[in-house]
Amino acid sequence: MSGPTAKTITEDEYFYGHKACAGCGGALAVRIALKVLGRRAVAVLPAGCMSAVGFNFPNLCFANNAIISTFAGTASMMTGIEAGLKARGLSDYTVVGFAGDGGTADIGLQALSGCIDRNDDVIYICYDNEAYMNTGTQKSSLTPFGASTTTTPAGSIVRGNTREKKDLLRIVAAHGIPYAATASVGYLDDYMMKVEKASRIRGTKFIHVLAPCPTGWGARTDMTVELARKAVDTGLWRLEEFENGEFRLNRGMSDPAGIRDYIRSQKRFAHLTDEDIAHIERFRDARWKDDAQGRSERGL
Amino acid sequence: MTRAFVSGNEAFAQGISLCRPAVISAYPITPQTIVVERLSEMVADGKLVSDFIHVESEHSAMSCAIGASAAGVRVFTATSSQGLLYMAECLPYAAGGRFPIVMMNADRSVALPWNIYGDQSDSLSQISSGWIQFYAMNAQEALDMAIMAYRIAEDPSVSIPFMVNLDGFNLTHTYENVDIPAQDAVDGFLPPYKTDNRIDLEEPVNMGFSAGPAYNTLFKMGEHQGMLNAKCAIPAIEDEFFKVFGRGYTGLVEKHRLEDAELVIITLGCVSGLCMDVTDRLREEGVRAGVLRIRYMRPFPDEEVSSALLGAKAVCVLEKDVSFGNAGTVFGEVRSALYGSGCSCTVCNRIAGLGGRDISSDDIRCIFEELRDGPSDVRFIGGQTS
Repeated sequence: MSGPTAKTITEDEYFYGHKACAGCGGALAVRIALKVLGRRAVAVLPAGCMSAVGFNFPNLCFANNAIISTFAGTASMMTGIEAGLKARGLSDYTVVGFAGDGGTADIGLQALSGCIDRNDDVIYICYDNEAYMNTGTQKSSLTPFGASTTTTPAGSIVRGNTREKKDLLRIVAAHGIPYAATASVGYLDDYMMKVEKASRIRGTKFIHVLAPCPTGWGARTDMTVELARKAVDTGLWRLEEFENGEFRLNRGMSDPAGIRDYIRSQKRFAHLTDEDIAHIERFRDARWKDDAQGRSERGL
Repeated sequence: MTRAFVSGNEAFAQGISLCRPAVISAYPITPQTIVVERLSEMVADGKLVSDFIHVESEHSAMSCAIGASAAGVRVFTATSSQGLLYMAECLPYAAGGRFPIVMMNADRSVALPWNIYGDQSDSLSQISSGWIQFYAMNAQEALDMAIMAYRIAEDPSVSIPFMVNLDGFNLTHTYENVDIPAQDAVDGFLPPYKTDNRIDLEEPVNMGFSAGPAYNTLFKMGEHQGMLNAKCAIPAIEDEFFKVFGRGYTGLVEKHRLEDAELVIITLGCVSGLCMDVTDRLREEGVRAGVLRIRYMRPFPDEEVSSALLGAKAVCVLEKDVSFGNAGTVFGEVRSALYGSGCSCTVCNRIAGLGGRDISSDDIRCIFEELRDGPSDVRFIGGQTS
């Protein structure tokens, strides 16, 4: 594998001058992916944080071609653009989408499913900051268990979000997609490798990148990368790939006990009791066990 | 040129095929299905070179069409009723982006109650979406409009998406003889789509952006002006069409025996033909009847309507929709055009044909009878069960 790394990545910038919050993980995910894909990337972004901070006429912040789609229409607009550019006889371009967790796992899931079903030649990147941050931190189906949001507040009876995150990678993989992966802005080399790999595969590619939001998570703005790493190290967010019909785990759980630190450093989890944290740990362990068991049963 | 006995949907599919759209996004809904089925057959048989995209919803059909148009190619989609409403978010989006997409809408009732038959509730609910809206009277006109629609929509002074409405079943499923123009004649009339409003890999652009309070009005004014410019582009393009294909059309409205008419029905879509037939018979009986067919609901022919009615005594707007709590949508538009125009006629509204209920020649005769008394009320035809 000879993809770009933090040391070799281009100095060229394609997403700058925007007004994202300090420490925005989403802006980092977009910036880095575009540095990997280069000037001939055509970016599609739905209504959401990245379009709100980067697309205000006359302050337009993309150095490559970029367009806002409807909230639900990221994937379908990508389909149309890809078909149109192909019909013009153009080549050597990449149509890439950047949609948030709500824009992907909720309102955009149907269009994404259609796009994968057609196997359109595009890269769909979901930057997951675990809630509707652009509208002020409302719950999405990728908000983790326990998190308090403005629509799942930490009340005296119901204390934050009662549901686990959707397993989006497996939902996408179940379509038989050529390539899908999870990533984290805490491990940029891994993320860049996956974006670069996706750009070399024909058909639909999907990358789900964890992108902390200091504003919505209630964390210090200099902790974005650290939190994105901790989520991986503690096993709450797993770095995986789905390729040729099989899942591959990219990294083990290096710091299972760090979960307490991870949770206690974010205001959205401030109300959680030790018992709540133990529940989160148990759920995490069950997922890892299921995976290990599944692998062993498949003889892997 | 060839002559064929085809349905309205099939005629329209033939017209679209002659325009060589590079991308077709399609999702099925009755009574639109046949137009996209025929196009998919043409693509499958290599008679039409186009990327036929099976989207998973009407919302995606229009979102995909916008993407393809933003990429700089000619694009077609079609829908009806619930589908039009499901894609409604994307209609002002396409218009605001100035993407000259052509869409066929098979006019159909809107649920609830569920009903697959024709009326015009669907498209008339979307007249402010920024699309040019045309209502066809017969299959030949529908076919010809497919070709003219791209010319008008893509005219640099216009750059507005174009919705061609065909009455569900009454037009989409009725067979007629039509002339199908030759491909080379259409190629001469409709050159390949060229635009600067597109993705450019050499000189990248940012499209579909936000515009806050300081700039928003500027863009909306531009869109409005594009629509107004269509009022000039339409007759000019029709003249050119006549020179190439020998079939003439009449701009935003069609006037039938209006020169000395005292009693006038204003209507749109294929019921206009029946109204014209009844008018001809009444004329033989000495009744000074006439019909004003509205061909375009957007841009709205306000001056054409008011000038056509200067000599009229009583007018009825006959339409297949109702804007609940007010009256028929077209009635409101017509009355607004007449206010302050110097017309002294009375104007009433007859809401008919809802959910596909037949409008008979007797119904139309009755309306002309009533017009002798100069009514100005709003009434439904067909409210009684039968």
